[in-house]
Amino acid sequence: MATRLDGPAPEQQIALDMVKRGLPVAPILILFTLGIWGVNGALSAGYGIALVLLNFLFAAGLIAWSARISLAMLMAAALFGFLIRLALISLAIWLVKDASWIDLVPLGITIIVTHLGLLIWETRYVSASLAFPGLKPSTDHQQHQR
Amino acid sequence: MELLAQIAGEDQIAFGEAVSAGFAYGLAAIGPGIGIGYLVGQSVQAMARQPEAAGMVRTTMFLGIAFTEALALIGFVVFILLKFA
Repeated sequence: MATRLDGPAPEQQIALDMVKRGLPVAPILILFTLGIWGVNGALSAGYGIALVLLNFLFAAGLIAWSARISLAMLMAAALFGFLIRLALISLAIWLVKDASWIDLVPLGITIIVTHLGLLIWETRYVSASLAFPGLKPSTDHQQHQR
Repeated sequence: MELLAQIAGEDQIAFGEAVSAGFAYGLAAIGPGIGIGYLVGQSVQAMARQPEAAGMVRTTMFLGIAFTEALALIGFVVFILLKFA
């Protein structure tokens, strides 16, 4: 039985993928909220998108780091990481809740829409590449070998 | 009960709102906590038994954690909207 996992960390790749997908979509969401809630809404949406992307990166980093130590550590990091991340998100919103530029409704909507949207987008990609490995984009090294 | 008796009128309503919002967030975090615990526990068992499949298990585990966490985030957003908006 394995007790630790060395080698590549797929969760970091997934989180980076989601950030790469999220950054080009962010201006569209910000423009959308700008149209409905004004400048405060757009700023809140930007803050919400940044929170979601950082949350993904932090979660992936924590899991990748703990998996190299031991599987028990991975378990602990996943569970306490969930609590820590919720606490950090709460703190991040608590700190700005009374700021003049924050609007809580677009902030909340952006957090949910960005989180679920990016996840569904990434899951479609992962499902397709697991079911049909030929669809998975090859690396530059693999392309040169062909 | 003594505490409730001391709080009157609008303060009682504000007290009720605060307690309800706190309970709502707490309850919304319990389910995902149990879900993530079960999901990671099963994934760790699978990775320990079959290290060659660890990459695939970790991929699905991470997506599963993120989907489960979405429930807690929805609860949190409802909480901040009820409490502060």
